[in-house]
Amino acid sequence: MTTEVLLLSSILKIVFVLVVTVGAFAPVLIWAERRQSAMIQDRLGPSRAAIVLPPSAVAFIDKARLPMWRGFALTGIVAIVALVAVTWVAVRGTNPLPIPTATLTKALIGFGAASVLLRIGYGVHGMIVRNQGKVMVLGLLHPLADALKFIFKEDFVPPKSDKFLFAAGPIIALIPAIAAFAVIPFASTLHLDHWNQVLPRTGEVAGTIIPMQVASLDVGILFIFAVASTGIIGAAISGYASDNKFSLLGGIRAASQMVSYEVVLGLTLVPAFMVYRSLRLEDMAMWQHEHSWGIFNPLLALGFIMFFTAAIAETKRVPFDLPEGESELVGGYLTEYSGMKFGMFFMGEFVEVVALGAIAAILFFGAWDVPFLYRDGFDFRLPFMASGIVVPLAHWIVIAIQVLFFLLKIVVFIWFQLMIRWSLPRFRYDQLMKLCWKGLLPLSLLNILLMGVFILSGVLDKYVGLLDRL
Amino acid sequence: MPATVKVIKKPRRTIAEQAYVPEVAKGISFAARRFFKNTFGPTAKKEIDTVKYPEEKREYPERFRGIHRLTQRFDGSPRCVACLCCSTACPAQCIYIEAAEYEPDDPRYGYERYPAVFMIDELRCIFCGYCVEACPCDAIRMDTGMHMPPSTSRDHFLYDKETLLSIPGKDGTYLTANPRHEPGDPSHPGIDRERGH
Ligand code: SF4
Ligand code: SF4
Repeated sequence: MTTEVLLLSSILKIVFVLVVTVGAFAPVLIWAERRQSAMIQDRLGPSRAAIVLPPSAVAFIDKARLPMWRGFALTGIVAIVALVAVTWVAVRGTNPLPIPTATLTKALIGFGAASVLLRIGYGVHGMIVRNQGKVMVLGLLHPLADALKFIFKEDFVPPKSDKFLFAAGPIIALIPAIAAFAVIPFASTLHLDHWNQVLPRTGEVAGTIIPMQVASLDVGILFIFAVASTGIIGAAISGYASDNKFSLLGGIRAASQMVSYEVVLGLTLVPAFMVYRSLRLEDMAMWQHEHSWGIFNPLLALGFIMFFTAAIAETKRVPFDLPEGESELVGGYLTEYSGMKFGMFFMGEFVEVVALGAIAAILFFGAWDVPFLYRDGFDFRLPFMASGIVVPLAHWIVIAIQVLFFLLKIVVFIWFQLMIRWSLPRFRYDQLMKLCWKGLLPLSLLNILLMGVFILSGVLDKYVGLLDRL
Repeated sequence: MPATVKVIKKPRRTIAEQAYVPEVAKGISFAARRFFKNTFGPTAKKEIDTVKYPEEKREYPERFRGIHRLTQRFDGSPRCVACLCCSTACPAQCIYIEAAEYEPDDPRYGYERYPAVFMIDELRCIFCGYCVEACPCDAIRMDTGMHMPPSTSRDHFLYDKETLLSIPGKDGTYLTANPRHEPGDPSHPGIDRERGH
């Protein structure tokens, strides 16, 4: 692999990770959290932020109404005719028409897409006109408004605070959260030289191989733990530096809570390492791709529940949000922060939510693995079928589907975390510690022991073999 | 006779409740059902209470108190007789009235006065409606059904007599349903300040 390709692909991957996490997921999450809670409580939530178009623009758009509708209808009819023709040709096997089949297919795709786009445009246009020129996009502009507000807000620094540490706190909280994404694989490896071909299902493929993750480290998951535990310092430092008793209490709480759960977090995942026999996240994903998802293993399912609990405590979110605990500590270590510094804490928290979703998806739900999707395309085959329905796909399409599915899994986990956040009441601090040291810790140790027994007695191999055959 | 004591057992938690996870699942599934119904469910089944204000408006009750208006007589002059009942009753003290006599040749002269200045500070007003209750002449009403138009200047909220007279009621009229008996009308009792009761 040449250095340029390596460099370019690395930069592209970093940009992709940043765009997906900081650019897309985190802002949308800020919106989604409010919106989802509102929907649970029979409210609409933030949906009012709007870009207001001038009346002349609205009038102009209103004029485009009929042409748009006509365009939609015309292109739709052409597309349907093309569809009928293509199906007819496909069924007959020969093409007696004066137009070649390739042109027909192109017409079908082109006019179909145009028709769909025009219909969407018509709908959007109707919405704008109905709202008197306010473009609201479901309230997705709220994060934008939030960001604007954060940037232009007064950046208050308490006069007796430690200025340097006060400013460093949010940075130390945000950076590790993003850095954790360095080792997360988004898809299986990309074979650059064969990107437009159908690859064989198994076996080595020659040529340039690009792993679909920023850094392929041997320590893998341990890197995430190491980096994530730096986040403790961010919370603790900001609590200390704010010169505020509430902040200090919040910082202390955050530090002790995160240190405690750090232990459990690692131990709950040990059974998973034992099954996958690797710490590298891409190997774990590959193992699940070749065998079965981790969650189908009962011990790992137990591990998953414990991991998820510990991870929510680690991200300091409800029901374990005692460091913030606004009913007791005003805002905990966030009390003195305003403007973009507060925004960075916020961002860090939401990026952690995304990271947690990604880790859970990789370790227990097959990462980028899509059911029935192999390196050469789809193969829908059930145990009782003699031969499957095979759909060969080019390599880049396979990769794209994998990335999409991985993002989808993350979205599901984010949704689940938000549900937890809005459904459960807050723990008491002693309950939190009891749950960690007297509940999760012994349970996870027991889980490791049981997993060891299973592996040594060969039960696990048989179980995995059984799942493989299905 | 020995008293019968009803023994109530202390409620115990079951193991399932103590284990927390099933209860968590129950709680989350309840919230999730709510979420799906309100987000993706058919429109008829949604239970969202939010009113998207400027586009949708909730209908006000019939006796909603909007901004004030001064009702008019048939000739367009105010019904108000400047008795100061409303400004006395007003808890926010936001009504300012300067009373004046009619000209001596006016049939109303000696019978009633009129407000030379009638000013309501709508920013101070708490929309309690006491002024309407206090008025003996049905001269001040809050049946316009209107909000104050917003403005960036405080002066715009000082509504003077002309402004108050120019605001119609909800039904579009400047009068009221109560008839007025002007001096000189056959229905007028003919009593005034000089002739007494
Ligand atoms: S509504 Fe109440 S506060 Fe307002 S002017 Fe009348 S009496 Fe005063
Ligand atoms: S509005 Fe009614 S209460 Fe007020 S001064 Fe005029 S007549 Fe009297």
